[in-house]
Amino acid sequence: MKLFRLQGGIHPDTCKILSAEQPIRSLPLPNWLHIPLQQHIGASAKPVVKVGDRVYKGQVIAVSQGAVSASIHASTSGEIAAIGNYPAPHPSGLPIFTITLKPDGADRWLEQEVPDEPLTLSPEAIAMRVNAAGIVGLGGAAFPSAVKLNVSRRSQVQTLIINGSECEPYLTGDDRLMRERTSAVIQGIRLLRHAVGAQDVLVGIEDNKSQAITAMQFAAMGTEVQVIPIPTLYPMGSEKQLVKVLTGKEVPANGRLADISVLVHNVGTAYAVRQAIYLGRPLVTRVVTVSGGAVAKPSNLEVPIGTLVEELFRFCGGFRETPVRLLMGGPMMGIQLPNTQIPVVKGTSGVLAFTAQEITGNRISPCIRCASCLRACPIGLQPLEMVARIRAHDLNGAIRLGLKDCIACGSCSYVCPAHIPLVHYFNYAKGELAARERIKLKQEATRKLAEERMERLARLAREREAAAAARQAAKAAKEKQANVLAEAI
Amino acid sequence: MQMIGVAILSLTLLGLALGFLLGTAAYYLKVEGNTLAAELEKLLPGSQCGQCGFPGCTAAAQALANGQAAVTLCPPGGRVLVETLAARLGVEVNLAQVKETIPIIAEVQEDLCIGCTRCFKVCPTDAILGAAKQIHVVFREACTGCNQCIAVCPTESLQLKPVPVTLQSWYWERPAMTV
Repeated sequence: MKLFRLQGGIHPDTCKILSAEQPIRSLPLPNWLHIPLQQHIGASAKPVVKVGDRVYKGQVIAVSQGAVSASIHASTSGEIAAIGNYPAPHPSGLPIFTITLKPDGADRWLEQEVPDEPLTLSPEAIAMRVNAAGIVGLGGAAFPSAVKLNVSRRSQVQTLIINGSECEPYLTGDDRLMRERTSAVIQGIRLLRHAVGAQDVLVGIEDNKSQAITAMQFAAMGTEVQVIPIPTLYPMGSEKQLVKVLTGKEVPANGRLADISVLVHNVGTAYAVRQAIYLGRPLVTRVVTVSGGAVAKPSNLEVPIGTLVEELFRFCGGFRETPVRLLMGGPMMGIQLPNTQIPVVKGTSGVLAFTAQEITGNRISPCIRCASCLRACPIGLQPLEMVARIRAHDLNGAIRLGLKDCIACGSCSYVCPAHIPLVHYFNYAKGELAARERIKLKQEATRKLAEERMERLARLAREREAAAAARQAAKAAKEKQANVLAEAI
Repeated sequence: MQMIGVAILSLTLLGLALGFLLGTAAYYLKVEGNTLAAELEKLLPGSQCGQCGFPGCTAAAQALANGQAAVTLCPPGGRVLVETLAARLGVEVNLAQVKETIPIIAEVQEDLCIGCTRCFKVCPTDAILGAAKQIHVVFREACTGCNQCIAVCPTESLQLKPVPVTLQSWYWERPAMTV
C-alpha cells in the first residue's frame, strides 16, 4: 500500500527495549483505590454511591452527565471509604473530586448479560454498550469513545483507522497488547468498524514493532482489517499525522477528522470495547508501562484504575536510584508528577521515573534562528516566530502564525540547540487565550447583570413616583370632598 | 415680464424639490450620537465600577473617544482590553509595560459579617445575596472585584481576594524570561 510522506517529525531514542520484552502482568490489588470522577475530556461524572456502600467490581459508582462525559466504575469489589478531594494526575497537582474504595479482596464482578453474537448487534447498541462501559480514548486524550462513535456513524465515516503506532519513547503497552492479546484486539477493531459502518479499516503500526505487526497481520487474515507498517517517526501517533501518512488526507485548520470522513481509535480502546461487549466488563483496568532509568525492573502491568503510582513502582522492584523526575504518560507529552501518591487513571499510558542522566538540564541560550524547529514541526508552523510574538505579549500575532494548529507534540523543544522551551510557550499561550475567552464570557454576563440592575432601579424609582403621585391625588380628592361636605353643612 | 415669472417659478420649484430631498435624507440617513463612543463602550467591561475615575463606562468611553483618557484607563479590563482599545483607536502601546492585573473578587468573612445589608445595595452587578441580620454571600461568577462593597462594609468583613485556581482554569505559567 502506498504511504504518504509526513513533513517534519523527529527520531528520539525510543528506549522501548527497557520494557518491550516484558509480558503484561496483573498488579495485585492495592490496599486503597483513589478513583477520580473526571478522567476524561468533558463534564465530570456524578457520584451515585454513598460512603459505606458495598460495591461489586464493575459497578457504576459515578454516572456520566452531559453530552460529553463518561461513567466511572468500581475497579474491584469493596467498600466506599470516602468521597472527597484528592490530588489529581495533572501538572498543577490541584485536587479533584475522588471516590476512595477499600477493596475487600474478593474481586467479585457484577455479572452482566452478554450478547451471543456481538457482531449482529445494531451499531446504536454497540455505541450504547461502549458508553455504559465508560470507555474513553486510551491513547492519552481520554475523549469519550461512544461520543466519537455516534458522531462518526451519523456523518457516515468511510475509513476507520486504528492507531497502533505508539510513537512516544519508553511506552510499550500497546505493543504488548497487540502481541499478547491479538485476537481480542482484532475482535474489538471489527466491532468498532461495525459500529460506524466504515468501508476500510487500516491499522497503522510503527515498523519498530515487527512482532506486533506480524501477529496482527496473521490474526487479521481473512478479515476486512488491513495491518500496515508505517515508518518510525515521532509524532506518528498524533491522529492527524497518522491519517495523513495512511490516507494522504489532511485535516483542515480548525477542522475535525469527521470533516474528511475518517475516525481514529487506539488499539487499547479497541481491546476495551471488545472486553465490554464480549465479556460485559467495563473499563476498570488498563495496561500501563512502568519504565525509566530509575526503575529497577521496567514492566508492563495491567493496573486497576485508581491505583497509586507508588504501588506500580513498588511492584517493579522500587527504584534503582532516586529519580529526579516522575512522569505520567510519555516523555514527550506526558505530565510531570509532584510525587508518587497520584492515582492511575483511564488515560495513563505509562509512568516513568528518570535519572539525572536521562533528562537534560541544559541552560537556555538565545535563539540563533537556525530554524531547526521549523524543520521538525510536523504541522509546518514557524515555532521560533511564534515564540518571538508570545514573548512580546502579542498573542494575536502568534494566532495569525497558526498557534491554534499546534498539537503540542514537543518536537520543536526537542531539537532546539538553544534549549528554548518552545512548547511550554505554546501551552502557556493557549492557556492564556482560553483564560481571556472565559473573562470575555464573564464580562458579557456581568454587563447584562449591571444593565438589568440599572433598569430595575429606574423602574422602582418610577413606581415610587407613581405611588407618591397617586397618594397626592387621593389626598387632594379627599380634601375636596371634605370641603364640599363642609360647604353643604 | 413673463421671463421673470418663469425664473421665479422655476427657482421656487427647484428650492422646494431640493429642500424636500435634503429633508428626507436627514430623516433616513440620520447619524445618532457619537458612534465611536458607543463602539468603545461595548468593549469596556460595563460593570460601571468607576475605578477609572469616570462615572461609569459610558462617560469613560466618551472620554476615550474625545482623546481625554488613555487606553490604559480600565484596571479590571487588564492587558487584553488595552490591546483591543489600542487596535480600535490606532494607538501605539508597549504591551510589555502594561501591568497585568490578576482577576480579583470580593469574599465575605463569615465570622465578621453582621448582616447590615449595605454591601448588596451598592453592588453594580447584584453579585451579593443577603438579608438583614443574615450572613451575606458573594457569587463568584457575578463579582467583578469593583471595590464598591469593600468601601461600605462597616466590619471589614468583605475583602478582595484573587480568584481561586481550579483544574478547569489552571494553565502553564509564562516561561521565565532568562534570555
